[in-house]
Amino acid sequence: MGAEFVQFSLTPILIGVFAAIACALPGNFLILRRQALIGDAISHVVLPGIVVAFLITGVVSTWPMLLGAAGAALAAVLLIEAVRRLGKIEPGAAMGVVFTSLFAAGVLLLEQSDTSSVHLDVEHALMGNLEQLIWLRADGWGSLLDPVALSHLPPELPRMAVAAALIAVLTWLFWRPLKLSSFDEGFARALGMPVSAIGLGLVTAAAVAAVAAFDAVGSIIVIAMFICPPAAARLMTNHLGRQVGWSVVFATASAILGYVLAGYGPLWLGASNSVSAAGMVAAVSGVILLLACLFGPARHRVGVAAGG
Amino acid sequence: MSAFLDALFFQAGYNAALVALGAMLLGFAAGAGGSFLFLRNRALVSDAVAHATLPGVGLAFIVMVALGGDGRSLIGLLAGSAVSAWVGLLAVEWMVRRTRLSEDAAIGAILSTFFGLGVVLLTVIQGMSRGRQAGLEDFLLGSTAGMLLQDGLLIAGGGMAVVFAIWLLRRPMTLVAFDPAFAAARGVDVRRVDLAMMGVVLAVTVVGLKLVGLILIVALLIIPPVTARFWSDRAENVVWIAGVIGGVSGWIGAAISATAPALPTGPIIVLVATGLFAVSLLFSPTRGVAAAVIARRAFQTRVHRRQGLLALARNEPIYDRLTLKILRSEGLLRRDGVATEAGQAACARIARDERRWSVARRLHKDTALTGRYDGLTPIDDVFTEDEITWIDSQVLSEGAA
Repeated sequence: MGAEFVQFSLTPILIGVFAAIACALPGNFLILRRQALIGDAISHVVLPGIVVAFLITGVVSTWPMLLGAAGAALAAVLLIEAVRRLGKIEPGAAMGVVFTSLFAAGVLLLEQSDTSSVHLDVEHALMGNLEQLIWLRADGWGSLLDPVALSHLPPELPRMAVAAALIAVLTWLFWRPLKLSSFDEGFARALGMPVSAIGLGLVTAAAVAAVAAFDAVGSIIVIAMFICPPAAARLMTNHLGRQVGWSVVFATASAILGYVLAGYGPLWLGASNSVSAAGMVAAVSGVILLLACLFGPARHRVGVAAGG
Repeated sequence: MSAFLDALFFQAGYNAALVALGAMLLGFAAGAGGSFLFLRNRALVSDAVAHATLPGVGLAFIVMVALGGDGRSLIGLLAGSAVSAWVGLLAVEWMVRRTRLSEDAAIGAILSTFFGLGVVLLTVIQGMSRGRQAGLEDFLLGSTAGMLLQDGLLIAGGGMAVVFAIWLLRRPMTLVAFDPAFAAARGVDVRRVDLAMMGVVLAVTVVGLKLVGLILIVALLIIPPVTARFWSDRAENVVWIAGVIGGVSGWIGAAISATAPALPTGPIIVLVATGLFAVSLLFSPTRGVAAAVIARRAFQTRVHRRQGLLALARNEPIYDRLTLKILRSEGLLRRDGVATEAGQAACARIARDERRWSVARRLHKDTALTGRYDGLTPIDDVFTEDEITWIDSQVLSEGAA
């Protein structure tokens, strides 16, 4: 836990934790509303967004790419809704049509445009570059108090921290309407709540989290964090507040454990190269979910649906 | 253009022809196989299956290298992918059955976890001293470049086998997809048919891995069935139409991508399917957007025409622009707002129809026939001539009273 840890592991771990929490928070409500796969869809359509942003601006820089990704995510949500309504198609299939088409368009654009010379490829979008977000200027824990060193923090860290904080504040502010409309839409509507607006707001927040996180950590972590920690948390408790708490704990644990296992696990086993941190974080979250499925106190279905 | 036509008609060399044929067969199998999932409302299960193939590919590679091979045998990699996809599928099933998580959460959890594991294994392979990763990324997005003759044969043969299996299983699978409860009542073992259905999806996914890649194979399982649904309401037709749409997408897509090296096969095939979907969404005769717009306009015209004529018959002024436009364009109304001769005749007819209806509704209070009064249907369409004569006599006697 010396200087090397601060230099090479502290910032990626923190970024991973913030990304995990930002995705897990909206994930809780998406799971309750059976929209868990929205996160999957959004993280796929981010690709055409960044490619188009690159083609328009001609540079690989953060803000145009984030805007492009956000625009694509929003367009995808609207397209899914349009296909669902215009074609009277069930939501799952409508989602499948839209996100696979947009992803295919993104891959085609990527292959057609001369982006191979710059650092923009499908693998990067999938796997992120968590390992490379190191804090070179740090030379020990003391650097946390050193303004010069702090100014060389990877920019992803403050950005992700702000995104996570924003999502947390929004979740806290809209707690009651979110809770009511997720559990009993009819009742919420009867109380006069703008149920569709709440739903759209939730999806937008999820898109913000996905776009902010994918840039730093890649879309695998995004999809996994939307679903695995909240799903595991759902098997731990019947109380929504506690569920959200558990999901944050699980998300944090996945990010830390996954990063450490990816970086140091192979060394412990005698191998020399580290493995993909993004993949390992997703895998750890899956293991946590597996344990919750086996031992979670609230894992069983109760009531009418318990049979079978 | 001629390069495209050559590719389209299998004239661009033996290898390209084999790829085009394979893509066509695979597209057909994916479309038809995906229809059963779509009709059973489980379209996105295929997403989990596809992503769950990756760790299998990685593991198979590692095992083959460990056994002394070079790790790049397509059959070995596909066998590995089939095993891990099957494990993923069983995991989704187990989670839905044993816990209270809904299916979409289970699908998402499995697809992200397995995909994450797969990526970890890929980085393990990158670090292996002997294993050259050569071509493993192709499984993400598919690639026909550098495809060997035997790979093409494998895809074409596999596609054909899956199409044959679908043909054999079409009855029970249609029955289960359409109405599982009814199928169970008829003595069909729903669970086994479901497993067979998943087996078909799995086979399509594994065969398609090299061609379109694991992320895009989902598109071929979902888009053609959704497209086919616009063209038929009969489950059996949907299956075969989806097959044809998938086959055409694969065929044209492979031909387009054969014309230029920079056009990757997978995305092109998917985008051809998307194009067919968009055309169907807009222009299908019964469920399309254009048909809906036309039907709405026709309905609007009928309402305005009738209300306009009724107003004319009662000598009430008409202010609504659309009504005026319709009446004028049909030559029922002159520019100055006076009814033409034809207009007067139409007014008289409509007014008589309305009088008849009001009597008929009073006389037949409870019957289903008067329930069909919507202010638009001419009474002659609902009642017989004799009845109308009788209604007319009532109208006359009321007029006299």
